[in-house]
Amino acid sequence: MPNEKELIFSVQGLRKWFPIQKGMFKRTVGHVKAVDDVSLNVYKGETLGIVGESGCGKSTLGKTMMMLQRPTGGAVLYNYGDGNFKDITKFNGKEMHDFRKQVQMVFQDPYSALNPLKKIYTSFEEPLKIHGINAKAEREKMMDAVLKMVNIQPDYLLRYPHEFSGGQRQRLCIARALEIKPRVLICDEPVSALDVSIQAQVLNLMKEIQKELNLTYLFIAHDLSVVQYMSDRIVVMYLGKIVEIAGKRSLYNNPAHPYTQALLSAIPVPVIRREKKRQVLRGEVPSPINKPSGCAFHTRCPHRTEICEREEPRLIPDQTDPEHLCACHLYNKTAA
Amino acid sequence: MELNKSHASNMFQKNVRKFLRNKLAMIGMVVMLIILLMCVFAPVFTSYRADQPDFSARTQPPNLPHILGTDKLGRDVFSRILYGGRYSILIGVTGAFFGSLIGVILGAIAGYFGKLIDSAIVRLSEIFQTVPNMILILILGAVFGRSIGNLLFIFAITGWMTTFRIVRNEFIALKGETYVQVCEAFGMSKIDIMFKQILPNVMSPVIVATTVNVAHFILSEAGLSFIGVGVPSATPTWGNILNAAKSLDVISNYWWLWVVPGVVITVFVLAVNFFGDGLRDVLDPKQQ
Amino acid sequence: MEQKDIVLDVRKLNTSFISDGATVHIVKDVSFQLERGKTLAIVGESGCGKSVTVHSIVKLLPQNARFTAEQVLYRRLDEKTGGITEFDLAKMDPKGKEMRSMRGADLGMVFQDPMSSLNPVYRVGDQVAEALMEHNRGMKKSEAREKVLQMFRNLGIPDPERRIMDYPHQFSGGMKQRVVIAIAMINNPEIIIADEPTTALDVTIQAQIMELMKELQLNMGKSIILITHNIGLVAEQAEDVCVMYMGRIVEFGSLEQIFENPLHPYTKALLRSVPVLGLADDQKLETIPGATPNPASLGVGCEFADRCPERSEACSAKNVPAYEVEPRHRVRCIKFSQFKEVD
Repeated sequence: MPNEKELIFSVQGLRKWFPIQKGMFKRTVGHVKAVDDVSLNVYKGETLGIVGESGCGKSTLGKTMMMLQRPTGGAVLYNYGDGNFKDITKFNGKEMHDFRKQVQMVFQDPYSALNPLKKIYTSFEEPLKIHGINAKAEREKMMDAVLKMVNIQPDYLLRYPHEFSGGQRQRLCIARALEIKPRVLICDEPVSALDVSIQAQVLNLMKEIQKELNLTYLFIAHDLSVVQYMSDRIVVMYLGKIVEIAGKRSLYNNPAHPYTQALLSAIPVPVIRREKKRQVLRGEVPSPINKPSGCAFHTRCPHRTEICEREEPRLIPDQTDPEHLCACHLYNKTAA
Repeated sequence: MELNKSHASNMFQKNVRKFLRNKLAMIGMVVMLIILLMCVFAPVFTSYRADQPDFSARTQPPNLPHILGTDKLGRDVFSRILYGGRYSILIGVTGAFFGSLIGVILGAIAGYFGKLIDSAIVRLSEIFQTVPNMILILILGAVFGRSIGNLLFIFAITGWMTTFRIVRNEFIALKGETYVQVCEAFGMSKIDIMFKQILPNVMSPVIVATTVNVAHFILSEAGLSFIGVGVPSATPTWGNILNAAKSLDVISNYWWLWVVPGVVITVFVLAVNFFGDGLRDVLDPKQQ
Repeated sequence: MEQKDIVLDVRKLNTSFISDGATVHIVKDVSFQLERGKTLAIVGESGCGKSVTVHSIVKLLPQNARFTAEQVLYRRLDEKTGGITEFDLAKMDPKGKEMRSMRGADLGMVFQDPMSSLNPVYRVGDQVAEALMEHNRGMKKSEAREKVLQMFRNLGIPDPERRIMDYPHQFSGGMKQRVVIAIAMINNPEIIIADEPTTALDVTIQAQIMELMKELQLNMGKSIILITHNIGLVAEQAEDVCVMYMGRIVEFGSLEQIFENPLHPYTKALLRSVPVLGLADDQKLETIPGATPNPASLGVGCEFADRCPERSEACSAKNVPAYEVEPRHRVRCIKFSQFKEVD
């Protein structure tokens, strides 16, 4: 990896399995492997996009990376600066509390992200109190600062959440996440509950804030065009696994994995093309409970061979572009 | 959108208006308040004491100094009902309050933490539901003797299951809300999340259930005292007043000794129930 | 264009809802024409009235809705004789026999959420057959079964003999939507109304369903009204486009007219505010300032005026009529008042 980029997150072999329990005694009969052996790096100041269809584990990955859900296995190393890496999965309560100041999250549904019975002021005050800012004047100064950033008037603080539109609420949520000055923001589908004309407002705002505060974003979404607009690098997930990691240009121009190719061609493009050739995937996404053997995508893959059913492909860098990784036997062979 | 004009106060006004439109609930509230105030300010309404026997005026039918007559010891029935109401209502309210308190705490713990703790508490609530109150009361009465404290204790530990179920179900639904996850992401303590963030959103159905429980416990007290296992008979409660009507002699000859307290209990309990239903209509959006 | 090529001609459709004693106008003076064998997309954001518009056409509106229209003319084509029969849906009783016989047989509906469009306690095959028998009293069970099987095969549902015996929960989202389409299609209706048919589905499944709809249109000559908020789907599916904003059609035209020469400021902004794959690195999305207004608090004049970058005094003076800028390209914006006013 190039030296000029500072690693901020290093996820190693992360697993999150949800047990499926049956019967009176809650016997575990299987696992939903929501995140299965995922390794990735996040660099300081970049936006890493994570894209995939529903049930691919992208949201779980985001939540596990900030320990909102305890992983089943693997490690999440977080850089406190100058290479001081700590494994957050082994944190105790005090360490966790401090870590909360480093990484914050913006959630999908702005309508339920603010407690409906509490004034915005209270919702904004709480995180600051939790993290030890006891002087009221100081808290209000910090609140004003973040509100200015998202273009919301400070006197709106005295209102209740239902007085705001969806776009305003999401801006409030972003502001609240930024209050305690985190270094990383994990955004879980931040615009998918918003109308198209509002999406652009929020996306542009997020980009501006990132530049201003030098934030690192983990941007999780199902909409590849949104992810591509926001991200520097993109991770494509399918059934709990990473199938491809690449810079956004590289992913768009040379998608390697057949799934990525299908995903790209499935996205409706608002441009008139009379000759439409589209690669439509046959079949459905298999259930994450009984994942297909070998490469999980082989049931729908147009290029599958006999090895795909037997052996699971590993993430392997491209020969010409070492930062373009793909987990597919098609490339494994040519590399070998 | 006007600035500084809180929408929440509008909601409150709207709810009040809605409650005022509900005739039954309004009647319930008025009747409940009248009886309650008369009991609280009993000395204003009657000059007799509840436990003051007057052997010169025994078993008088309603007449001028004793507007609801007197009992076998010559005690004024009207003042007994007023003073008795103090105890009965106090027992109902306190019992319901402590029952709800236990229900809220256990429900919050079970609903929020889930898993093993949840199963354990749910089983516990089922056990409590299957043991009849009566047997518990008889056992406790036999061990500790009859007292208001014992009765309250029994009401509290046998009356928390409804609130528990409501609170637990709401907690299970609400802990998935994004604002709860946001608070977790900020590192808020679990106690604060449970009681400061989620609980206020659960209070409406709890208030309604508590109101209904008040009525229920007043009836229970009356029933238990009537058969003589409730409050000590020296204390005038509505149940103990009715207790006098156990003999056939009273039922056939002295109607005012049992009809009047019976009607008062019925009216008050009905009023509380109507009021509770009205509250439910206003507070609980799921019922609308 | 000949009259008989227009299968559905809607003129001045208005729908309002009464809530808390106040009347809120949700659909205002909506007029559009659906050509036979073509796809018309109605595009707009949530709350713009696009769903209410089509629900008004099929007259499936809640109790508190009030509906008026100059006409909702449906021209049924007799396939054998080539003759045209005209029906004015606006004049029919919403609960009457006539209207009921239209739904399903002439107008098929596909709704947004396949999960709630099917009854969970009946077998999917029976649900499709029921829709068929409703309009063909006295049809034999075996005959109906054969038709349902054929429909499942046409819609690409694998192993139809076994699948018709399944219950909805045994189907995935995409397959359920195929069943819903089967119900809409089984009586061979001329018009299919699809209300956000793929919003609840993943992109790869959306692609499958959209391919299927395109096939139905091309091979079977169906006319489709597609309601969506996804500009990309419009570009790939539609021939004609209505852009709706706050209850009005602000622009109507062919796909080329709308995409290559958008005239209304809202249309222009909408087209430029969606992220497109392969956007240049430093290119910013255009934003529409403000938020969609509350329909209850709208005043006179152009609904978009508050958010419009090109607004003038005149915009809020009176309601803006539609102007025909080129043949069939109508726009509701005062900038084009030199053109002919149409309704």
